Amino acid sequence: MSRIRAFAAFWYDFVIGDDWRVALGVVLALAATAGLVHGGVNAWWLLPVVVAALLGLSLLRVVRAARQS
Amino acid sequence: MNSWILFVTVLLACAVEAVEALTIVLAAGTGRHWGSAVQGTLAALAALAATVAALGPAIGLIPLGALRLVVGTLLLVFGLQWLRKAVLRASGHKALHDEAGAYAKELAAARGAAAGGRGMVQDWYAFTLSFKGVFLEGLEVAFIVVTFGTNQHNLPVAVLGAVAAVAIITAVGFAVRAPLARMPENTMKFVVGTMLTAFGLFWSVEGAGAHWPGSDTALLALVPAVAALALGYVALLRRVPAPAPATPVAAASVEGRVA
Repeated sequence: MSRIRAFAAFWYDFVIGDDWRVALGVVLALAATAGLVHGGVNAWWLLPVVVAALLGLSLLRVVRAARQS
Repeated sequence: MNSWILFVTVLLACAVEAVEALTIVLAAGTGRHWGSAVQGTLAALAALAATVAALGPAIGLIPLGALRLVVGTLLLVFGLQWLRKAVLRASGHKALHDEAGAYAKELAAARGAAAGGRGMVQDWYAFTLSFKGVFLEGLEVAFIVVTFGTNQHNLPVAVLGAVAAVAIITAVGFAVRAPLARMPENTMKFVVGTMLTAFGLFWSVEGAGAHWPGSDTALLALVPAVAALALGYVALLRRVPAPAPATPVAAASVEGRVA
């Protein structure tokens, strides 16, 4: 059981890393892009904007957490 | 994409992984037993080759759109992790990745572990430590090579980039027989994080069905745009005072390593 847990933990750390919100935000933005494309909008611009915001918010969380500790 | 850009991207990304693997092998060899550390390295390389040979060709069977979406998303998330850490380190909000410190830590752990061998392996600890380090870092190298090579339909150049990176780092490492502390790993991570994020953005958006203006040439704008964004965040975070324990290196001295 502990080996399965360690295996899962390795892949979680490998793919998701320290901030799961970034990964979730990327997936949601891609789903929205696919939805817009399906509706006839070439939404290439959506993901770059979301990624810039996600990175900024993730950095902000680290700085705030460090200040509070 | 230009073959040279593909080659340099894969070379840089794989060099970072090779530095980490080499640090572990050197610690196992220096602290315990060189023969067992080398055996562990060779066993890991064999296991890695078998894994890639078994799983690698399956990637070619997946439709390109789906492959770009999945691989692009993974690269993007992966790249953002690297970029986030690189920005925090460059702005003084996180300690610089210290290969010398990592080496000393691995060395102390290796020396403190109980001795003992199994079969042809004289020192099981040195063997497993090397095996683990080389296999895990090698898995990341294989991931980078397969994804970049398949997406750009140029696997040979991607393989060449990885082989060159591993050969250079191995030659340098064994020549100095010390951790590669002088290599500006944080700068490399910043560059690699930028490249992975830019390529991840490009492929995942294409995989989702949208089309970049200018097609492949959009990458020429995306890479500098991501770099500018990250450098902008570094500049912003430098204005925020960093907590004392997290900044062993003054922000000023970091400037030269990231710029």
